[in-house]
Amino acid sequence: MKQLIYTVEENIPIAREVYKMTLLGDTSPITRPGQFVNLRLDGFYLRRPISVCDCEDGRLTIIYKVVGQGTKSLSLIAPGTAVDTLSGLGNGYSLEKSGESPLLVGGGVGVPPLYLLAKRLIEKGCRVSCVLGFNSAEDVFYEEEFSRLGAGVTVMTADGSYGGHGFVTDAIPGLSYSFFYSCGPEAMFRAMHGVMRTSGQYSFEERMGCGFGACMGCSCKTVTGFKRICREGPVMDSSDIIWDRG
Amino acid sequence: MENRLKTTLCGIELDNPVIPASGTFGYGYEFAELYDINILGSFSFKGTTKDPRFGNPTPRIAECSMGMINSVGLQNPGVERVISEEMPRLREVFSKKVMANVSGFSLEDYAYTCQRLDGCPEVGWLEVNISCPNVHGGGMSFGVSPEAAASVTRAVRAVTKKPVIVKLSPNVTDIVPIARACEDAGADGLSLINTLLGMRIDLRTKRPVIANKMGGFSGPAIFPVALRMVYQVYEAVKIPVVGMGGVSSARDVIEMMLAGATAVEIGTQNLVEPCCAKRIIEELPSVMDSLGISRLEDIIGGAHNG
Repeated sequence: MKQLIYTVEENIPIAREVYKMTLLGDTSPITRPGQFVNLRLDGFYLRRPISVCDCEDGRLTIIYKVVGQGTKSLSLIAPGTAVDTLSGLGNGYSLEKSGESPLLVGGGVGVPPLYLLAKRLIEKGCRVSCVLGFNSAEDVFYEEEFSRLGAGVTVMTADGSYGGHGFVTDAIPGLSYSFFYSCGPEAMFRAMHGVMRTSGQYSFEERMGCGFGACMGCSCKTVTGFKRICREGPVMDSSDIIWDRG
Repeated sequence: MENRLKTTLCGIELDNPVIPASGTFGYGYEFAELYDINILGSFSFKGTTKDPRFGNPTPRIAECSMGMINSVGLQNPGVERVISEEMPRLREVFSKKVMANVSGFSLEDYAYTCQRLDGCPEVGWLEVNISCPNVHGGGMSFGVSPEAAASVTRAVRAVTKKPVIVKLSPNVTDIVPIARACEDAGADGLSLINTLLGMRIDLRTKRPVIANKMGGFSGPAIFPVALRMVYQVYEAVKIPVVGMGGVSSARDVIEMMLAGATAVEIGTQNLVEPCCAKRIIEELPSVMDSLGISRLEDIIGGAHNG
């Protein structure tokens, strides 16, 4: 973890209420796909945690959805603005567990961290398949970007307006894979839990106070003990998750 | 050269009055990644109970204007693991005396946990939390009546030779009789304020943001309330007062000391600005110069003169 200043290079809409922001600065704290940054915004007391979508040589890409006043304000930030950031937070995905043909499953704004993951997995020689789920055609983003990396991409929309009609779990049973990685809403994870045939990793979301392990605001119970989603997570092994938390 | 920032809290000299507050600083090592935490006066570690606790369901956090609400509910690994696992890790990053923050659900709990921590040479003070708003049947329920506050103070006083600092709740009609009751029961110091009971409602779901509905409100928004209570308590007792509540600058530290604080805890600001304690310590000398203050110790309670 480092606290540093990034400069906004670009901040543009790429789908309905979804923005892509590129930030310039020291990306050395980000060592694994699946990590996140925590951005300080003028006029808001708490920082906003956003997962890292891509990270290369001093340029960081994040993709976020406008869901409240904080992300609304984030969407209005102009290029050239300096953003106080805690960078390199969270554990990230374990690339070493992938096997030869990992499956990446993303739902909505859970898709972005899978991009850097796909990139790294392909760099190490994996055959990567992705299933990306969205509500509707106008919510779809990054299909082409994943394809350009060389990943096999299946897009599903809940209303059938683009790609396959249905949820990610409707597309998964026909695929073969050595391991899976996922990011998305918890309801999607629960549906996947009954469908997945290998072990895998899920990346969780929770309201956070600090984002770096100090406040215990985002704790969860796991098979191997209490974990802070911001510190020991957000990525959890499927075997570690207690699905029935009563 | 004389250290202009030094202060003495219950017989232990501090290099400066800045003490990160319990629950915002873990056991120190997250922050030690960012700066050498030995520059601090001390810090108060995560509230520790007799048994391990997971705490409350999530969401536990809600944002507010200039602050936040938390409903963590005293998550901690329990005193035995604090002693066997956290203290050795803490020793690697912090060589000064630490403040051990203790909470409980019965007098026996408080006494047991304090007695165990009394045996730790790293612990300088016991900060006894009778003011956590996020647990039922304990925490704040001891802090809302003078009798209960005195009984916890006596139970802890009997099992330790270390200075006992009782952490008071602002969620009371009048904090002064509670402060006096703790002093009469043998407290060596008082720290205040803990969080104010607060709430937010999510306008989309139309339900409380926090799973437990209510939680403790903290951050810069509460500073004036905290300052007022420090001022009132300083006037009512002879033992030292540790001021906290929304402190986020060197000017706030000085204001707290003028109100009567011997040392000042910094809480919520650590969560959004992890290096704030370092910044405040570095800012203090120049802010003191601009205000004509030569030594911090000279200004404690200064607002009460005349």
